[in-house]
Amino acid sequence: MAELLRVENVSKRFGGLLAVDRASFVAETGRITALIGPNGAGKTTLFSIITGFQPPSEGHIRYDGVDITGEPPHRLARRGIARTFQIVQPFAGLTVRENIAVGAHLGRPNRVAALAAAGDVAREVGLGELLDRSAAALTVAGRKRLELARALAIEPKLLLLDEVLAGLNPSEIRDMVPVIRAICDRGITIVMIEHVMQAVMSLAEHVFVLSEGRIIAQGSPQAIASDPKVVEAYLGHGAASRMAGVAHA
Amino acid sequence: MKGLAPILFAIVALAMVPLITSSNVVINFLVMALLIALVGQGWNLLGGYGGQYSFGHAAFFGTGAYVTAILQMRYGINAWVGFVIGIAAGALVGAVIGLLIFRAGLKGSYFALVTLAFAEVLRIVASVAPITGAGVGTLLKLDLRPEAFQFQSRALFYWIILAMVGLSLVLTRLIEGSRFGAYLVAVRENEDAASALGVDATMVKLCAMTISAAMTAAGGCFYAQYFLFLDAGIAYGPWISIEALLAPIIGGVGTVFGPLLGALVVKTLGEVTKLMTGDAPGLDLVIYGGVLILVVAFAPRGIAGLFADLRQRFGFSKIGGEGSRG
Repeated sequence: MAELLRVENVSKRFGGLLAVDRASFVAETGRITALIGPNGAGKTTLFSIITGFQPPSEGHIRYDGVDITGEPPHRLARRGIARTFQIVQPFAGLTVRENIAVGAHLGRPNRVAALAAAGDVAREVGLGELLDRSAAALTVAGRKRLELARALAIEPKLLLLDEVLAGLNPSEIRDMVPVIRAICDRGITIVMIEHVMQAVMSLAEHVFVLSEGRIIAQGSPQAIASDPKVVEAYLGHGAASRMAGVAHA
Repeated sequence: MKGLAPILFAIVALAMVPLITSSNVVINFLVMALLIALVGQGWNLLGGYGGQYSFGHAAFFGTGAYVTAILQMRYGINAWVGFVIGIAAGALVGAVIGLLIFRAGLKGSYFALVTLAFAEVLRIVASVAPITGAGVGTLLKLDLRPEAFQFQSRALFYWIILAMVGLSLVLTRLIEGSRFGAYLVAVRENEDAASALGVDATMVKLCAMTISAAMTAAGGCFYAQYFLFLDAGIAYGPWISIEALLAPIIGGVGTVFGPLLGALVVKTLGEVTKLMTGDAPGLDLVIYGGVLILVVAFAPRGIAGLFADLRQRFGFSKIGGEGSRG
């Protein structure tokens, strides 16, 4: 299958700290790829590098066959790369519709057309009822949906989701999973950082595991869940064998 | 076009004033208020809509004023042509300062401080450079002909500044309803989020600063024609930077009518203070400071915001009252 995004040996150094260490992964067109890993593994840093908010210390990012390393975020957005922020960044002084319209303006110079398109996107992610509400008045779940809606409004080819399910309760997660599935079904390639394993298991076709800045494993969600390297990354050195021991005993 | 009717109404109403009174005191007062409204609208575009609080709009005001004056006095260029070149020069200064500041990534209080520094540098240069007349200042030749942009009648000056204010209101309203306006507000609210959506934040701020500078420079050009005298303290002094930000903040930042409302209030307060206290120097500034504190504390969206809140609260209380009774 064709690959849309290829991250090649990307490293990021903050002074003495190597946050990302020669990480490589690919996202194939039309699929949902997940990036998981313990806290502090460098997932969000890697997203920031892909979307141009930080330059990598080493390595390259290829998108649709083009080297896009070091391009600024607004230009990447125009190429069709959208992202959400882990810590939601609403335009707090604006309404939900106006928030989404900023994204919709990318392909639509006309204000009326952008506002109308914003309404369509809002309904797609379940914000249709809240269009004229102030973004500052939204709940956490609402803000996560707003992040998603704004990113979708630029009509991306590649959508990077940074923990859009974090902070949601189980029923909100159940509501959100089909929304993400539907976005993928529309032909938008998705790369998601996610801690909610239940969602990763049901959504992702391919999973990469990042730990201490390195990709330590990759494969189908089922294969990843039983990989001893992954278990150890989350639970500590030796955990996999101890758990195996418990299981045998 | 939506939202242009209130502007037309306000301008037509104000245009009637010289037909009702021929008092030079009233006309002079309104000319100054409208001048501040124009300069303040320039500040409002960058500060109110774009969130970039400048403390140095004197840099643009003074450039417009000096360029108009110097072109006429030293090069014999027609006043109207000088007027247009003055606006262009102000816009250019805005673009250059903006390019330097935004490329360096300065935001918030750093932006404010650097704009203040640019204005002060220009003031000091103007107070020593021979071309500006240095300490003596520049006196424009009295030449009361319309071709020279000078009029016997104060009313004509009044209508001209009123027309300029009207244009600035229309331009602000058009920007508000455009993609550029939406991008500008998005940059104010959250620059990172905006750039992730394809907004070139540096470019948007730079355009806003250029338009803002042009509007403020237009005020400077008018000032030169109206008072026919400039020195460094008038053209580049902090007084105009302060009034440029005071009017929109008191009137309502990021609203079309904020600067006009604020300028009328500020100038009225200034005149009342002068009448009550004689000419105690600086007392009007003390009053401005007090009003500014009150506005920031109790009506952070200014007079325009206060009106909107009151209207909304009144509307809601009616609905709430019905509901509680039912």
